[in-house]
Amino acid sequence: MLQAETSSQAVGAQEAAEVQEQAQDHVQEQANGADLKPLLEVKDLEVAFQSSTGTVPAVRKANFSIYPGQTIAIVGESGSGKSTVAAAVIGLLPGTGKVTGGQILFDGKDITHCTRKEYEDLRGSKIGLVPQDPMSNLNPVWSIGFQVREALVANNIAKGSEAHKLAIQMLEHAGLPDAERRSKQYPHEFSGGMRQRALIGIGLACHPKLLIADEPTSALDVTVQKRILDHLENLTSELGTAVMFITHDLGLAAERASYLVVMHRGRVVESGPSLEILQNPRHPYTKRLVQAAPSLSSQRLSAGVEAAQSAHEVSDSSSEQSDSDEVLRAENLVKVFDIRGAKGEKQELRAVDDVSFSIRRGTTLAIVGESGSGKSTVANILLGLLKATSGEVYYEGVPSSTLSAADMFKLRRKMQPVFQNPYGSLDPMMSIYRCIEEPLRIHKIGTREEREKRVAELLDLVSLPRSAMRRYPGELSGGQRQRVAIARALALNPEIVVLDEAVSALDVLVQAQILQLLTDLQAELNLSYLFITHDLAVVRQSADEVIVMRDGKMVESGSCEDLFANPQEDYTRDLIAAIPGGSIPLWSGN
Amino acid sequence: MKRYVGRRLLQLIPVFFGATFLIFAMVYALPGDPIAALGGDKGLPPAVRAAIEREYHLDQPLLIQYLYYLKGIFTFDFGMTFSGRPVVEVMADAFPWTLKLALMAIVFESVFGILFGVFAGLRRGGVFDSTVLVLSLFLIAIPVFVIGFLLQFIIGVKLGWLPVTVDQSMSFKSMLMPAIVLGAVSFAYILRLTRTEVAENATADYVRTATAKGLSRPKVVVRHILRNSLIPVITFIGADLGALMGGAIVTEGIFNIPGVGGTMYKAIFQGEAATVVSFTTILVLVYIFTSLIVDLLYAALDPRIRYE
Repeated sequence: MLQAETSSQAVGAQEAAEVQEQAQDHVQEQANGADLKPLLEVKDLEVAFQSSTGTVPAVRKANFSIYPGQTIAIVGESGSGKSTVAAAVIGLLPGTGKVTGGQILFDGKDITHCTRKEYEDLRGSKIGLVPQDPMSNLNPVWSIGFQVREALVANNIAKGSEAHKLAIQMLEHAGLPDAERRSKQYPHEFSGGMRQRALIGIGLACHPKLLIADEPTSALDVTVQKRILDHLENLTSELGTAVMFITHDLGLAAERASYLVVMHRGRVVESGPSLEILQNPRHPYTKRLVQAAPSLSSQRLSAGVEAAQSAHEVSDSSSEQSDSDEVLRAENLVKVFDIRGAKGEKQELRAVDDVSFSIRRGTTLAIVGESGSGKSTVANILLGLLKATSGEVYYEGVPSSTLSAADMFKLRRKMQPVFQNPYGSLDPMMSIYRCIEEPLRIHKIGTREEREKRVAELLDLVSLPRSAMRRYPGELSGGQRQRVAIARALALNPEIVVLDEAVSALDVLVQAQILQLLTDLQAELNLSYLFITHDLAVVRQSADEVIVMRDGKMVESGSCEDLFANPQEDYTRDLIAAIPGGSIPLWSGN
Repeated sequence: MKRYVGRRLLQLIPVFFGATFLIFAMVYALPGDPIAALGGDKGLPPAVRAAIEREYHLDQPLLIQYLYYLKGIFTFDFGMTFSGRPVVEVMADAFPWTLKLALMAIVFESVFGILFGVFAGLRRGGVFDSTVLVLSLFLIAIPVFVIGFLLQFIIGVKLGWLPVTVDQSMSFKSMLMPAIVLGAVSFAYILRLTRTEVAENATADYVRTATAKGLSRPKVVVRHILRNSLIPVITFIGADLGALMGGAIVTEGIFNIPGVGGTMYKAIFQGEAATVVSFTTILVLVYIFTSLIVDLLYAALDPRIRYE
């Protein structure tokens, strides 16, 4: 068995009980203070999934309450049971999931064992849902307006042309500009942020008393995230809606909710007012979570002692020969795509517009920007996956456009990518051994035995057990898969690794581990990284130089510290301000 | 949407000319000389031969002959059979039978295939699902003529519920059994296709969102599961209509139906070139037409396709 990515410290039963008591105390305090009855009370809730090997508990004796108009956040990593709790509340447990114990009281009534009809009455009109992924949560074959209207009609709020009017109004409230025209459009004509606004419109269409927001913005850019959450906050406080916010991002949770519930392995390990939890976490898991939270106060990660020493030697020797210091240089890169406009006419899209930079050996350059800023296009040009319209990439001083196909093939050995989605970038039909060995085989390196030895070495390097070789990607967690992807990238001893959003799909704790791993590897192997990301907090932890991109152009560039300490452009300032929870001082260990 | 329809219609033009030219050129390239054959062992006098060639435009270049052939298609002049009967009359006899049979089969297989498929897909692994899966496997595995004879024997002879063969008035009752037999295999495929699609779409995120809105289960199924599942099913049904029109030889034979399949079969064996070419041309046109309908249905079902 592989160990789980986060080796948890076992929570003693007594300790857990204690924590829960504390949680109840807080609830009590709040209840007394506000002299209100809770809108939602989750009491000793237990949820389990039926599998072929027996029942797997997903939520174990969870307790918390939400008062009318209150916003609470449930925080935890994937698999902590936070989404399962939400699904249980709205009666949408997937597959074989079942409530096996405890109670969910909504407005004083136990809804744990509602009939289908009773749930239909509850959903939409009393409990709304804003789901996680805006890309997959709207039906592609119905217009946006129809999908909002449907909620109104189903809950007998309005009919016919009145429903039509109300739906447009709701979309306007949710922050969709030009709602009248856009309501006739289909999801594929909307950006991610716009879709999320539509989903918020649907969730709030019938003015429910409770809104469950399940990671509503984790798929969006930070700046869009900020705008949408600001809007959601205004809207819910205007309507007096209580919000149950589900997130893995502690900073975000603290910024948006007054009360936090921290879940770990199906248990509520700690709960209380947000600031108190952030500044004075009691449970060891919460402590780790707070420490791993990437926020503005984070510093550049440094490698472990041994690795740092060897890095020092390398950097000493390399600083003597400053010419070879620059491993890669891009000059005036331009990439133009031909696209079709709304009426079918030809248009040009300048995805990358005059971008120049260089990467020094052994350092990390980060390119930051929102979706559509052209940052991934730059990465693809560097990797030789796309041809630049104009401009040149110099690899160790040699312009890549002059290279023959054979030389390009050799160059690819020295430049390896790690992509964002660890689920999509590994072939599910290949064993981990084959995944990592494939680049070696393609480049005809070594004999069978040598390659096997190399794969074992690589697994050691990324701290995966050698037994992982015989496993398949489907059996690994997200963090473990990303380790495999890194091992594969390192197989050919590259000099440059292009990390295209390599940690953005991961939970905070796993993200911290992978970033540390990358930092250690950099020091050990003197690697140069090109880090493509939308997350400035991650940049702060891992980059030496930063380029900020917007609409294909370079907005600002400079050393990481300067950029954060003294941003020159408004756009950069916006990006920094959008980092959730950045202004909240955290508990800083022990 | 208008652009999409316009483009699809424009695409029909090259397809039509390409397909008809191919048919024409293939017949042209066939070995053998039917005119020489007319003269028997003695051979034809050159003057007679020239006269016949002129009558059938055989002295003209290939392209001109093709244009004459096209003119024939547009004026419903498909020439004569060997016995001197206009081919149009042969068509008028055969096509109504096949058209009615194929349409009935399509309706049967679509309605029941989709209905059973939805129920099976929503409760995958249940009793109903397992039963219809086994049944559909039977239908796919057993040859059509076995199913045909079996139904004929049980329903027609033993139970006497339906007539064993069709009557000349093409009554619904007498056509029902042949239509079911003709549609049986496609019914099984539609059922399986729908089942898989429904089972997959039922777990989609937007279905969960629709449920969370407070929609009743039937509305969720029809609006959010079924519509999204129908797109590949429609493709299959469209292609199948073409196949049923031309490929009903076995079923027509079993139930003694004087339709397209049987007529074509006979014509091919007797070397009736005019009949074969004309029937093939019509069938090609039917195919082109149904694929146009499928494309339009696609666009109606899935807005993303309209903008491709």
